[in-house]
Order: sequence, then structure tokens, then C-alpha cells
Amino acid sequence: MKFTEEHEWLELDGDTVKVGITEYAAEQLGDIVFVELPDVGISVTKGQEIVVIESVKAASDILAPLDGEITEINDAIVDDPSMVNNDPTGEAWFFKMSLKNQSELDGLMSEDEYKKHIE
Amino acid sequence: MNKLNRTALYDLHRSLGAKSIPFAGYEMPVNYPLGIMKEHLYCRKSAGLFDVSHMGQLIIRSATQSMQSIATELEKLLPIDILGLGEDRQRYGFLPNRQGGIIDDLMISNRGDHFFVVINASRKEIDFKYFKENISKEIDVELISTRSLIAIQGPKSEKILSSQIGELSSLNYLDVKNFTYNGEILWVSRSGYTGQDGFEISIPNSLCEVFCKSILEQKGIEPIGLGARDTLRLECGLCLYGQDLNETITPIEAGLKWAIQKVRRTGGEREGGFTGQEKILAQIDTPPSFKREAFFPDGKAPLRSGTKLFSDDSGKNEIGLITSGSYSPTLERPISMGYLNYTKFKVGDPIFGELRTKFFPIKRTKLPFVPTSFKRN
Repeated sequence: MKFTEEHEWLELDGDTVKVGITEYAAEQLGDIVFVELPDVGISVTKGQEIVVIESVKAASDILAPLDGEITEINDAIVDDPSMVNNDPTGEAWFFKMSLKNQSELDGLMSEDEYKKHIE
Repeated sequence: MNKLNRTALYDLHRSLGAKSIPFAGYEMPVNYPLGIMKEHLYCRKSAGLFDVSHMGQLIIRSATQSMQSIATELEKLLPIDILGLGEDRQRYGFLPNRQGGIIDDLMISNRGDHFFVVINASRKEIDFKYFKENISKEIDVELISTRSLIAIQGPKSEKILSSQIGELSSLNYLDVKNFTYNGEILWVSRSGYTGQDGFEISIPNSLCEVFCKSILEQKGIEPIGLGARDTLRLECGLCLYGQDLNETITPIEAGLKWAIQKVRRTGGEREGGFTGQEKILAQIDTPPSFKREAFFPDGKAPLRSGTKLFSDDSGKNEIGLITSGSYSPTLERPISMGYLNYTKFKVGDPIFGELRTKFFPIKRTKLPFVPTSFKRN
């Protein structure tokens, strides 16, 4: 698993990567009550706001971690946003994407590096 | 940036793991480790302890004037029945400006030899100055900083608080009474801002932490932050000053006519005679075209304060504004309050809220979203 400074995790899943938010991020956001995911098939660029999350208190954006195309989204978290608080690194993944340049994954943080980042 | 003020419970909040935010110049807990949703539900079914010491506490008294004279003076500033407010009774009210807008909303108690007024944190200095400048020089207005304010709310609040300070069953909603705790006097009212049964306790700063710790040792009570305080008050349709109320909105537009007793309205024994009376009394006779309303957004997205309302899904005919909105933990859906302009909107027209350049359908509903549960005998 790789991590971004924006508290996303990325996991290789065949030709695509699965993307979600970290436990740290889910805890910071608080009780999540609404998730809006991007459309499948759209091209995204790194840093683009592609997911909206609303907690009881406030709205936040999730950014595209790298350049690529959205290949699949997890509708289960749209139906039950509390899944993101309960299992952020498992069942509550957000979307899958094919990367424009898969080698860019190597530039992201390892789990140890991410742990240091949030300390 | 100015340094944030801290309440007497600052250390306790930290030790309880509170997440803090700046609010009205204070560093206040927005939630504890339980989180807003669970804190909210816990308060509804059991009890919650809230630090509301950021709010202002005013004492209004006179060395030379009777309580009746003070009440008469106060009735020039507030459109409510203060002469008729019995000893050790509390009442909701507001200070209108000359145009009928609201300078602040407040709770006022008759304490026998003085009036005790609780005002909003963000309006403390403004209210204090306003009272001082607009009331007879024979009357003293004091903004006290030596006392904290704690709210204990929820169905188990009577049982929990009485275990620490004594029998409370004789107190009804909006009754006020003094209690002794560790040799000091607590001013206790049966009121609050969650729409539930509960108490507000004015306590000397020096005793506040000891008192709250011993309350929190009881079964059935959790500390609750400002996040859940906001969702609790919103569910019961209570206004938040600065969002739902401000100097350009009148109490009638805000749906607070109920707080202006008949005796102060046209035809009443002491009709008018208060700041802003022209606009306010006229609006009681001829309802304004701008009114506070309750809304259910159709989808799951909360439509919050600042969301513009339209009667079409392309943003052409703007008809109002949401002033408070959140997710309701009790109803498990988004809820909002706001204002509709009835010169541009008529009942039956569709309503859409604009969020992130999309237009979300909304339905009008009735307040409160969740019924209140005060103790009235």
C-alpha cells in the first residue's frame, strides 16, 4: 500500500489501483454522512477534486492522487457513508483508477513514511 | 490573530481528549472522542455535560431603584413581558435595534433583587455596551467573568445533577433556584438549548472543574462538544445568533412572535414602548414576506448555512437562503433552516438548493424537526 500527503491510500489491483482514505483521515473527518464519487470513465489529473465527503460538521474534498482514468467506483459507501468510518482501508475504498504512468506510484510514501508524516 | 480565551475547563477538556476549535474568541471543544453523532444521540437518550462558559452572564441591578422600575426600564429595550416575570422565573427574549433587527437573543431571569441575563458569546461586548448606554444611570449592568456556565441536558439530567446538589424535582421548565455546592452558591435554571429537559448552572470559576469532574463520574453522562450542541438545537428548530438571527432580521421574520407576550403587542396593556416597535408591531399585524422555514433536502447531502435557494434548477429565480443546515443524527437525514422570500416564492413552487454548482431539490417542512421534551407540570 502507498500513501499520499492528502491521507489517501493506493493499492495495486491488477492493472488498476484501488484508492481510499486512511484511518487517520477518517478519524479527523468525524462521522461521515455523505459521499459523492466521480463518474466512471473520466480522466483525472493529480490534485483534481474528484470526491466530496460531508461529515456532520463540514464538507471536504478528496483529490485525485495521480493522473489517470476512473475505472470503477464503490457505490456501497454512497449508500452507507458510515462504512468510511468503520473500515476505511478495507470495504470502504472509494474508486479504482488506471494510472497514466504506473511508475509514479513509486514516488508516494510507504506505510512507515506515512506514519511519520502524521506524527 | 488574537490569542484565544480559555474557559475554566480548558485542562479538563484536554484531558478528556477534546478536539478544539476557535469559537467567538474562545478555544472550545467541538467534540470529544465519542464524536458528534454519538454525543448527540447520547444526550437525547441519557445526558450530556456542555461547557458554555464562553456565553456572557450579565447582572442588572440597582442600589436605588426597585425591581419594578428596573423591569420597566428593561421593557423599553426588550419587547417581552418583564414586569410579569415572576421571581425565580426565566424567559427567552431579544434586543431589537431601531429597525426591528435583532442585536442579540438571550435568556433573562428575575432573581428577586436583580435580573440575570445570559447572552451569546459573540455578542457579549456589544450587548453589554448597549445595555449600559440605553438604560437609566441608576441601574448597574455588570458583565461577570468570575463564573462559568455549564449545561446538563437530557432525560437523565435531573437524576445526575440532583445526586450532586440536591433535590430538583420541584423545579419546572424555566424555574430558577440557588443551590449550595462546596460552600458556594450555584444559580441553576431548568433550561438549555438542546430542546430537551435539562439545566444550566452558573458556578464560580474556582469550583467549575471539581463540579464537572464529579458530574462526569456519574453513570449516564458524557461530555458533549459544540458540534453536537449545534445539531441538537437545530433539530428542535432553535435559532443560532449570527446564522439564523442577525441585525437585519426581525423577530417576526424569524418566527419568534411567540416570545412577544400579548401584553406588549398592539392592544395589550403595555403595548409597544420598546426599541424597534414600529416594524415589529406592524409585522405582527401584517405578516412579513420574508420568513424562517424548515427544509428537508431530498438527497443525502447536507445543505448548510450560506446555501442559496432557487425556485428552478438553473439558478435563475433566487427565493431564499439556508442559514443553518446539518445532518440530523436523530432523523438520520439532512435538515436545514433558512429564509424564504414570499415575494418571489409561493407555496407549491419547487425549491432547489445550490451546492457545488448543482441544484438539489428540497421540501419545505415544519419546525421543530424533532419534538421538544421540556418538564412542564
